[in-house]
Amino acid sequence: MKMRARYNGSENKIKLKEWLFRMVLTAAGVTIVLLLGGIFFSLFVKALPAIKHNGFYFIRGSVWNPQSGRYGIFSFIVGTLLTSFIALIISVPSALAISVLLSEYLPGYRNGRFFISFLKNATDLLAGVPSVIYGFWGLVFVTPVIRYFEELLHLPVYGVSILAASVVLAIMILPYMASISREVIALVPAELKEASYALGATRYETVGGVVLRYSASGIVASIVLALGRAMGETMAVTMLVGNSNRLPANILRFILGPGNTMASVIANEFAEATNSVYLSSLTEIGLFLFIISLILNGIGKWTVRRFAL
Amino acid sequence: MKKGLAYGQNRIGRRLLGTLMVFLLVMLGSPVFARGSKEHRIRGEELLGAGATFPYPLYSRMFHEYGRLRGVKVNYQAIGSGGGIRQLLSKTVDFGATDAFMNNAEGILHIPTCLGAVVVTYNLPFAKELTARRLRLSPEVISDIFLGKIRKWGDPKISKLNPGVSLPNMDITVVHRSDGSGTTFIFSDYLFKTSEEWREKIGKGKSLNWPVGVGGKGNPGVAGLVKQIRGAVGYVELVYAVQNNMPYAAIRNRNGKFVVPSLNTVSLAADIDIPGDTRVSITDTSAKEGYPISSFTWIIFYREQHYSNRSIERAKELLSLLWWMVHDGQRYTKALGYAKLPEAAVRRAEAIINSAVYDGKPIEFGR
Repeated sequence: MKMRARYNGSENKIKLKEWLFRMVLTAAGVTIVLLLGGIFFSLFVKALPAIKHNGFYFIRGSVWNPQSGRYGIFSFIVGTLLTSFIALIISVPSALAISVLLSEYLPGYRNGRFFISFLKNATDLLAGVPSVIYGFWGLVFVTPVIRYFEELLHLPVYGVSILAASVVLAIMILPYMASISREVIALVPAELKEASYALGATRYETVGGVVLRYSASGIVASIVLALGRAMGETMAVTMLVGNSNRLPANILRFILGPGNTMASVIANEFAEATNSVYLSSLTEIGLFLFIISLILNGIGKWTVRRFAL
Repeated sequence: MKKGLAYGQNRIGRRLLGTLMVFLLVMLGSPVFARGSKEHRIRGEELLGAGATFPYPLYSRMFHEYGRLRGVKVNYQAIGSGGGIRQLLSKTVDFGATDAFMNNAEGILHIPTCLGAVVVTYNLPFAKELTARRLRLSPEVISDIFLGKIRKWGDPKISKLNPGVSLPNMDITVVHRSDGSGTTFIFSDYLFKTSEEWREKIGKGKSLNWPVGVGGKGNPGVAGLVKQIRGAVGYVELVYAVQNNMPYAAIRNRNGKFVVPSLNTVSLAADIDIPGDTRVSITDTSAKEGYPISSFTWIIFYREQHYSNRSIERAKELLSLLWWMVHDGQRYTKALGYAKLPEAAVRRAEAIINSAVYDGKPIEFGR
């Protein structure tokens, strides 16, 4: 490593460069904050007519009827939360398993390097598949399986359902969790692990008690990221969720039947909404989704800080 | 940061940072030089249109042929009827296209360009007798099915209309459109006219509060779901059902006749008195042999053609295009599965095209 002597400029020149660099970085940071504020502000302004028109019915009502002017998104909120959380439940164990496998177990094997890069690339490739492709794939492969189970349980046969959307969402968010968790787990200091083994702990105990606990905050952060992605996912969900505003009392029926999510409704109805209160209500859904994402991010950050070692 | 290599001390790193700095500065500074213009300007040589997706295949073919014949390019964006109306109202296009005519049409002219039909398609694999003949439905039964009142195919109301066909007692799964669409508008307009219960509970529109069923995105979405779900029933444009080899029902029209949807019966449905402004719904048509769920699709444009700095030449080009579309352009309808305009509609369209003005004066355009 060569240290070059500073002959290429006076001290003032260096100071100017440093100042400029700082300014550019600050500007970039400020731009992002302004953008976020701008998005919120413009959503709020456009949604104002609907906020005045709908009031609190918007959140607790479940009738969405553009013809009569009633806009209640309760069933969409439930659908969004259900699909996102079921997707999380399905994919968190797999993501954790893949990351632990990639960082803890595979490096020990003789041909481990090949498998590591193969699995890494395969998982990351999942993130590159376009949404629409996931939607098509879900329609062709996932919905028939769900139909089979619906017939078995003597439920009305739809195929397209909350469950279909959740399963495909789980696959879509897996790479986000897996890659971040993998990096975080690899950063656990070797000394901690060696100390654990030295105290007589097994592989399983070390991974569970030391490695995962150390990287818990990073893993939680990745889960929050994945959750945010799942809640906002539009295209694949709208093809698979069934687009129905019903709210059956039986949770099993609900999961195995069609539902609706906030992002899906906006995507479906925005283009044809010519009535201004209608358009404004759709924007209000967008505002709501934005706020929920902010809240979830905040909760995630808080959790990370809580669990950080 | 990697251990041992501080970015500032690496020559390539420094160059990269320098480039990044310049790039960011340019990006953040450039909006200062952007010119804001309050006034819309429709520029360019192409005619601009936007709107309905239903007639898009036909318009696409028509504009291609027109371009070859007259050398005028037309740029049409199929963003949906609502989008077409919005773009015309913002005066950013020369014409819009919509499946549902505008109710408040101050200063906006409508001309019909072709006819489409909405058919009821179904998936009944176990009714062998149905492969030879079609399922017959009446407006009351259709309304009850889509309201969720009739839930099984074995319901006596359906078998009464279909003697000699043993329908399996399967659950009926309703499939509707999840996105706002002109097809939904036409379908609900028909039920609005023929069923009081539908009129009260659901109404008519492009997006409805469906009491039962699943939603598919676009005509292909509905067609796909009906094909996959046994016992499903849905509504799609005639063209889609034909192209996908899907069965569709014969529907009893106002005169008691069970009409099979076809290009012929759809054209016949328009064989009625058409008002001067052509804004008429022909669902539940009084025409004896007409298919009851048919509809015009319209092109909308301003009566006063001088807006957004459009030149008179541009107005002339537009009118020539529209004239051609309702005359010679009609020859492309059949091959693509659309029904052509009846004579009466063409006469009305001619009168309307002739009524367009520029600065209040009539426009001389080449026919």
